[in-house]
Amino acid sequence: MRKLLLWTGVLAGLIALPHALSFSQQEILVFLVINVLLVASYRLLTLTGEWSLAHVVIMGVGAYASALLSKTLGVYVPLAILLGGVTAALVAVLLSFPLFRMKGFYFLIGSFAAGEIIRLLWKRFRDPFGGAKGIKGIEPMPDFSIGIYDFDFFEPISYYYLAGAVVAVCLWILWRIERSPVGLTFHAVHWQDKLAEASGVNLRAYRTLAFAIASGFAGLSGGLLAHYVGTINPNSFDVEVMVFVLTWAIVGGTSTFYGPILGCVVLTILNEIVLRELGFEQMRPFIYGAIMILSILFLPNGLESLIQKLTRRAPAKASKEKVAE
Amino acid sequence: MLDLLAQTGLNAVYAASYISLIAVGLVLIFGVMGVINFAHGELFMVGAYTVVALYADRHLPFLVAVAAGLVFVGLLGLVMERALFRPLRDNPLGGLVASIGFLMILQAVAVLGFGVRMVHVPPVTQEVIVFSDRIRLPVARLYVIVAAVVLLSGLWFFLKRTRFGWALRASAQDPEAAALQGISINQTARIAMFIGAALAGVAGALTAPLVSINPHMGHSVIVTAFIVIIVGGVGSLEGAVIASVVYAFVHTFVTTLYDGVIADIVGLSLMLLVLIIKPTGLFGSADRA
Repeated sequence: MRKLLLWTGVLAGLIALPHALSFSQQEILVFLVINVLLVASYRLLTLTGEWSLAHVVIMGVGAYASALLSKTLGVYVPLAILLGGVTAALVAVLLSFPLFRMKGFYFLIGSFAAGEIIRLLWKRFRDPFGGAKGIKGIEPMPDFSIGIYDFDFFEPISYYYLAGAVVAVCLWILWRIERSPVGLTFHAVHWQDKLAEASGVNLRAYRTLAFAIASGFAGLSGGLLAHYVGTINPNSFDVEVMVFVLTWAIVGGTSTFYGPILGCVVLTILNEIVLRELGFEQMRPFIYGAIMILSILFLPNGLESLIQKLTRRAPAKASKEKVAE
Repeated sequence: MLDLLAQTGLNAVYAASYISLIAVGLVLIFGVMGVINFAHGELFMVGAYTVVALYADRHLPFLVAVAAGLVFVGLLGLVMERALFRPLRDNPLGGLVASIGFLMILQAVAVLGFGVRMVHVPPVTQEVIVFSDRIRLPVARLYVIVAAVVLLSGLWFFLKRTRFGWALRASAQDPEAAALQGISINQTARIAMFIGAALAGVAGALTAPLVSINPHMGHSVIVTAFIVIIVGGVGSLEGAVIASVVYAFVHTFVTTLYDGVIADIVGLSLMLLVLIIKPTGLFGSADRA
């Protein structure tokens, strides 16, 4: 009962939130919601112990696919976004053949190379990817009305509600996956790969599955982004964005479901609202870099470890050791 | 056709010389400290801006500016070792993350100090060695080639013939055994970091008059360096030099025949291919895997 009340309160707060913000802050809010899905899907990938540097490019695959489907083939936009996610998952399955011959550091570098190759292909082939200038004039989400509220998707508030609903459903699915036997197997693949393999778990298949699911949701977030901003190009998905995703995950911490999301929300508020309001425009990368260094030095388990301390739950380390036993 | 081949070959030799300076430094740092220094491209960038500040703006002699670049970037390397990599020695992803943070700081400082726009450094010399009508080598490029050969030979001598060099290689092979022999791990880490960073800085300083300089130039540098060290085998200095030459020739020829983007794709595919077939690289040993 208390839980239900809490969630209703959170929901009401999230619905009311944009009305308290300025127009530009509302726009940032839309990006924030999309990035939450991106970073949450990244966590699913890190469950199996692999840190990919291609995740943002995979998001771009979803964005490009969705934009091209709706623009050249006239596919209905919501369906195009969904198909963008499917495309991203399929590309991930293709990439898994070369990439999952590698582990650890080699996977990190290999995924970086694979991502850069995809990005350069967009850049090189003007037909159909639009070259360095990318795709412009992407179909916006068609307006619709649900009786009490008219959605006009040029308004950030409307898009926030739509993206928020989609992301909430996706987060719920990701959460369910993590809690399912499949999700537990992901953990086993990371912490006890030899034992898992000896118990008949097909490591390669589970790593591919995690990669495909994570990529599918990243692709969805890419589709959501493309139809909001209306223009995408190869640089929208470059390694700098990937660095942001890494920062969110590391500053937040990756041993809990909410850790990366927490990192994303806190750092976005800090970066976009606080620093921008203070007028440190040119200093922002400096401060961002400093935050990264300070948090890896002094808070190696992320912001989530602070929350765990506050709520007096078992620290992340203990639960990991339990898995390891 | 033969002319074209010879000219492209000369261009490739020039590219190989500064790429190998960067890659060897990166390999040295990885070998001794086990850290992939993502900020290596930015160290190159800082070296280039040192020349902008001292040679282009303050009109000091070019060689003085290059030497200052070498020392300054080397010192930056020492700062990174002490402040970032040493405390994070036990954290496998830590060094990587910290170096990404550090590269953002270096970029921001460069933007604050010099602006985001491209800077051009006046040429050191306009002289060109003319072999024939179609084959020419600008003397400024020759300087880079000579400097790379001298520096890499110096490094080779240092590593193979001096006590510090022995200690460095020992702690790269087996840190624990080296420590038991009385070799200070912190000391070797400092030396490796200074040399590795200084090589990137000097490469940036030497090529500054030949390229357009901007705060984000490090990105393509680090991508190139990654390709080279993977193809050459992570942890192999000789492999890094050989792979630099191979990569420079492939990249230069593909650029001449098709275009730069295709050449980048070919380079990255080469790296992916090596990772798939022989992840330890063409010249790497298995124990570093």
